[in-house]
Parts: sequence; C-alpha cells; structure tokens
Amino acid sequence: MLNFMENIEKLPLGSWVSDFTDWISDSFAFLFDPIKNEFGDGLEDFADMLAAVPPVIVILIVAVLAFFLSGKRFGLAAFSIVGLLLVWNQGLWEELMLSFSLVLVASLLSVIIGVPIGILMSKSKTAESIITPVLDFMQTMPAFVYLIPAVAFFSIGMVPGIFASLIFATPPTVRFTNLGIRQVSEELVEAAEAFGSTGAQKLFKVELPMAKTTIMAGINQTVMLALSMVVIASMIGAPGLGREVLSALQRADVGTGFVAGLGIVILAIIIDRFTQSFSLKKGTNI
Amino acid sequence: MPVIKVEGLSKVFGKNTKQALKLLDAGKTKEEILKQTGSTVGVNRASFEVEAGEIFVIMGLSGSGKSTLVRLLNRLIDPTEGHVYIDNEDLAIMNKKDLLRVRRTKMSMVFQKFALFPFRSILENAEYGLEIQGIAKEERSKKARTSLEMVGLGNYIDQYPSQLSGGMQQRVGLARALANDPEVLLMDEAFSALDPLIRKEMQDELLDLQETMKKTIIFITHDLDEALRIGDKIALMKDGSIVQVGSPEEILMNPANDYVEKFVEDVDRSKVLTAYNIMKRPETVNIEKHGPRVALERMQKEGISSIYVTDSKRNLKGYVTADDASIALRSDVTSLLAIMKTDAPTVTKDTLMNAIFEISHNSPVPIPVVEDGKLLGIIVRGAVISALAGQGEVNLTHA
Repeated sequence: MLNFMENIEKLPLGSWVSDFTDWISDSFAFLFDPIKNEFGDGLEDFADMLAAVPPVIVILIVAVLAFFLSGKRFGLAAFSIVGLLLVWNQGLWEELMLSFSLVLVASLLSVIIGVPIGILMSKSKTAESIITPVLDFMQTMPAFVYLIPAVAFFSIGMVPGIFASLIFATPPTVRFTNLGIRQVSEELVEAAEAFGSTGAQKLFKVELPMAKTTIMAGINQTVMLALSMVVIASMIGAPGLGREVLSALQRADVGTGFVAGLGIVILAIIIDRFTQSFSLKKGTNI
Repeated sequence: MPVIKVEGLSKVFGKNTKQALKLLDAGKTKEEILKQTGSTVGVNRASFEVEAGEIFVIMGLSGSGKSTLVRLLNRLIDPTEGHVYIDNEDLAIMNKKDLLRVRRTKMSMVFQKFALFPFRSILENAEYGLEIQGIAKEERSKKARTSLEMVGLGNYIDQYPSQLSGGMQQRVGLARALANDPEVLLMDEAFSALDPLIRKEMQDELLDLQETMKKTIIFITHDLDEALRIGDKIALMKDGSIVQVGSPEEILMNPANDYVEKFVEDVDRSKVLTAYNIMKRPETVNIEKHGPRVALERMQKEGISSIYVTDSKRNLKGYVTADDASIALRSDVTSLLAIMKTDAPTVTKDTLMNAIFEISHNSPVPIPVVEDGKLLGIIVRGAVISALAGQGEVNLTHA
C-alpha cells in the first residue's frame, strides 16, 4: 500500500515544458529574431555610446546629480566620485558601463510593463487573483531557470539577459503599484468621483500621484533585482561586471572576483540611492 | 418646488438584495434580515424632499445609514431601489455621461476628513472640480480664488493642505465644493472632525455664507445640537430608516416616537425655541378709536394688568397699565396718548428663548414680539418657563 507511488509512472512534466518552449521558440521566431537582432544591436550601440563618453565626464555628471538629488549634501556625491574612480582605476570601466546599460534597459522595460499591470490589478479583483500567483511563481522560481528559455528564444548575449531579468525583476513594480493605488484613502477616491472625474482623471490626477511614493519603492526594488540578475545573466553571455565575476569563479581567482564584485556593489549603492531619492521626495513639493 | 426629491430610496449591501427587500416589506428588522440573507440594510425606503435654498440636516448615530444615504444622493453608492430626482432628472437610473455632468455642475461634496489632495496646493485643490471639466487655467484659477476668498483663505493659495489647521483645511474643502457653483452641497459630517470651538465657528460661517449664496445644502451629522443650530429641516435616521422629518421645533416638541424623544431629551431647549414658538395672541386697544375706558374694560375682562396699544395697522405704539387707566378715567382724560408708556423691551420672532428669559425677568409687562413695527404677539413670563420645562403649548408652523 505504502508503495503505491511505484505503480504510477513519472509524469513527463519536464518534457512537456521542453516541448512547449520549443514550440514557442519555433512559432514565435518571427517575433524573437527581430528582437534579438534589432534590439540587440540597439542595445550594443547604446552600451558602446555610454562607454565612449570619457569616464571623467560621466563621474562628474553622476556627482552633480548625486549632490542635488540627495538634497544638496556631499555624502553621496563624494562616495560616487571615489567609487567610480576606483572602478576606473581597476580597468573595469567598460564592464561597468555595460552592466549599467543592461540594468537601465531592463529596469525601464520592467517599469513600462509593470506599472500598467499593477494598475490593472488594482482596478480588478479578478485580475489581481490571477496575476498574484503568477508573480509569486516568477519570484520564487530560481533565477537561473529563466536563463534556459532565454537562450532558446534569443540565443546568447545581452538580449536574453534582459529577458531573464525582466521576468525576475518586474514583480515588485507590479505589486507596489497595485498596493499603492489600493492604499489611496477611500475618501480621496470618493472626492475625485464626487466632483465628476472620469476613470482616467481619477487615475492620473489622484491615484497615481498619491501612490507615487509606494510605486517608486517598488521600482527601486526592481532596479536592485535587475542588477542582481546582471551577474546571473553573465552565464548566458551577458557582458559586463558579471562576466568578470563568473570568469574569476571559474578560475578560482579570489582577487579578481572580489574587485569585480566590489564594482557591482558600488554600482548598486549609487543606483539605489538615486532611485530612493525619487521615492523619498514627499508630495508636498512636486 | 423641491430641488431634490427622494422616493423610496434603499440600499442593501450583500448578495440577496431582492430577498432582503422583500423581507423589509414583510416588516423584518435589520438584524433579522442580516441573519436570514447575510445582507446588510444600509438605507431603508427613504423618502423626502429638499426645497431650494434649504439646509436639510440628516441626523443619526453611527450606523444609522446617514453616510450611505448621502452617497446614494450623488451615486457614489448605487441604490438598490428607489429614485433620486434632482431638477426632475432621476439620478438613480441616468447613464454615466449624465451622472458625470450632474456631479460636475449640480452637486458638490464636502467630506468629514476633508479629503484634500495632499500633493496639490490650496489653489489647485480648489480648482479640482473645474479642472476636470476642462475649464481653461485662467478662468478656473479666478473662480477658485473667489471661492477661497469667500471662506477667508485668500492668502493661503500657495500653501499645501498639510500646512493648514483642521478648520482651515475644511474651509478649503468647502471652497473646492463651492468653486463649481453647484446647486446642491452635500456635507458629510463636514464639521465632525473639528474641535468644538472651531466647529461652532464653522457652523456660524456656513450660516453666514448661506445668507448670500442660498445653496441647497444637505448636511449629515450625528450631533443634535449642530442639527438644531443649522438645520431648516431635520431628518432623523435610525437603522437605515428615516424616523421623522421636520423643523427643529417639531422634532424637539413633538418627537414622533420614543427613539426621537430619547434623542432630544437632553437638548437645551432655550437655544432652539424662538419667540415665535411661545408667543400668544395679544389683547390690544386701538389708539385711533379707543380711550382709557375701553382699555380698562378689556383688561378687566381678560384679567390682565396691562394692555398693548396699536394703531389701525397694528403698529405697536406702547402699553397702558390698569392703574394708569383707572386714574385717567377718574380725572376725565380721554386720550390713551397721555397715559401710554413706551418703555417695554421688544423682541423679534426669531429671538432665541435664552435671550427672552433675560428680558422677561426685568420687564414689568409681557414682552411684545414685533416685526417691521407691527405687533405679532406677546410673551408672558409663565410661557417662557413652561416651554423651557418642555411643557405648555408651542406654535410650530412658521407664518
């Protein structure tokens, strides 16, 4: 009796998924190929362009932005200068720029996709009950797993890296957008309606401005997750600091690995403080 | 003609609304219906009319359905049954486009917790209703400024709500509602979140504003004193039903049932009843026709010691005491003019009883109630005391 499982054959779940992925990969090749080529080329151009700007200028711009975004304080600006100079000094500038452009593009896409989905969730209970488990799935599935279909769809390079990081990093933006809109006090929503707002007016003039802080917190999370994906995506050939870490790992080279890792930390801190400074700006002085 | 006419308006929250309505017809209570159907009766067949320029107060304790009722009026909550007519259009069944139009142009709402938009300046808050109508920046800013000035906030337009006190925030709420120049103002416990002194100030200010703007105001409150102070008419709610609709005096003096009676028993009557409510028809003599003899005869017949003197148009001239009249009679004085006294303090029909109480204390004669020089009635001291004690006859219909 206790061995009843022996009589049941193993479900071919794995091969189903493989077949399904193959099918998607074949059927949507007309969609994936141009994305891979055009978008991939665009990405590389963008990364090259960033890398072509003299580091001094980039560092100066970052420092000035940091100074104003942190409320005219020197802390973040000083950290940015020192940190970026260190990365430059270690000969990792180009990798830094590549990683940054990956994170930037992945985050932008995440926000562009995530915010509307979050709005949809906040407006419809049905949508919320369908999307929530999907988000849970996306976030708990080990991130490495996304690399496999990413390669199947987009081969290797930056594009599959961005694809994987989209799946991994979008959920916080969706969740926080939903949460932020649902948190808007009922009286404010009633006020908007009582004055005769249309649905769109209510959303853009009341709900989104009220939810802005929460949504920005979600975007901050998304950016951080996208950054963490940069390292993982190096396994499928995404260039940047992650690739340095990976190759150091393969050669058991602690020193190089640490330096590249430090570069990621510096990038993470700067990006985190930048996005936080947007979310911390309270509504009173927009 | 009423601006708002509500007919059989009901709201049942929950799934079995039809069944719940049937049970209501069968006379079941709110609790029984909740038990049987799982649905909550919010408002039960409310019907009333609100005249133009009237302050109509809907009053009840929390859970009585008053906030639901006011939200049914502008359909923030969709009614389960019934009609809400505003200018003869049925709000309950109108389409979305018409509903937006009515909300934008005919009725505005003021909220208990102000519901100001924290990320908008005071001016931008007041502009909101105009902005969503697509009115040009300059015009809406001008209108919003005017309405902010009306509530005394002309100097605060660039501030943000969090920088203002509660009372000032609610003024912004009021200005925002007035900026649309609506016919109807819905005020949902608008002053309940304010401390007592500010609340009284706001009530006075609302009454002052109402003098000039003459809006139709539907005011929700749980505070009976507030209701009596500002209401032209009061509807009392309990368990979703309207128990009584009437003027403050009617509610106070003739409570429809035990619930209303219990509600009003602690009210300070002297702040509600006016001279009109307790005055009596006066005995008078006509200065153009009568002399001391007629005056004395009437006083003896009515058993009173003084009588008021008027002319043929009932303009109050003064009063004559019985003593003076009999002295005049003995000394052959034939004109009332010679013995008439004019030192009686007068009141108007709207003078509140607590003021009358002071006056009647020091007056040797009954107090005349005067309007435009004409004598409407008199108030004897005994009437003041018995009305304060909740007894005695009271006039309820306003002339």
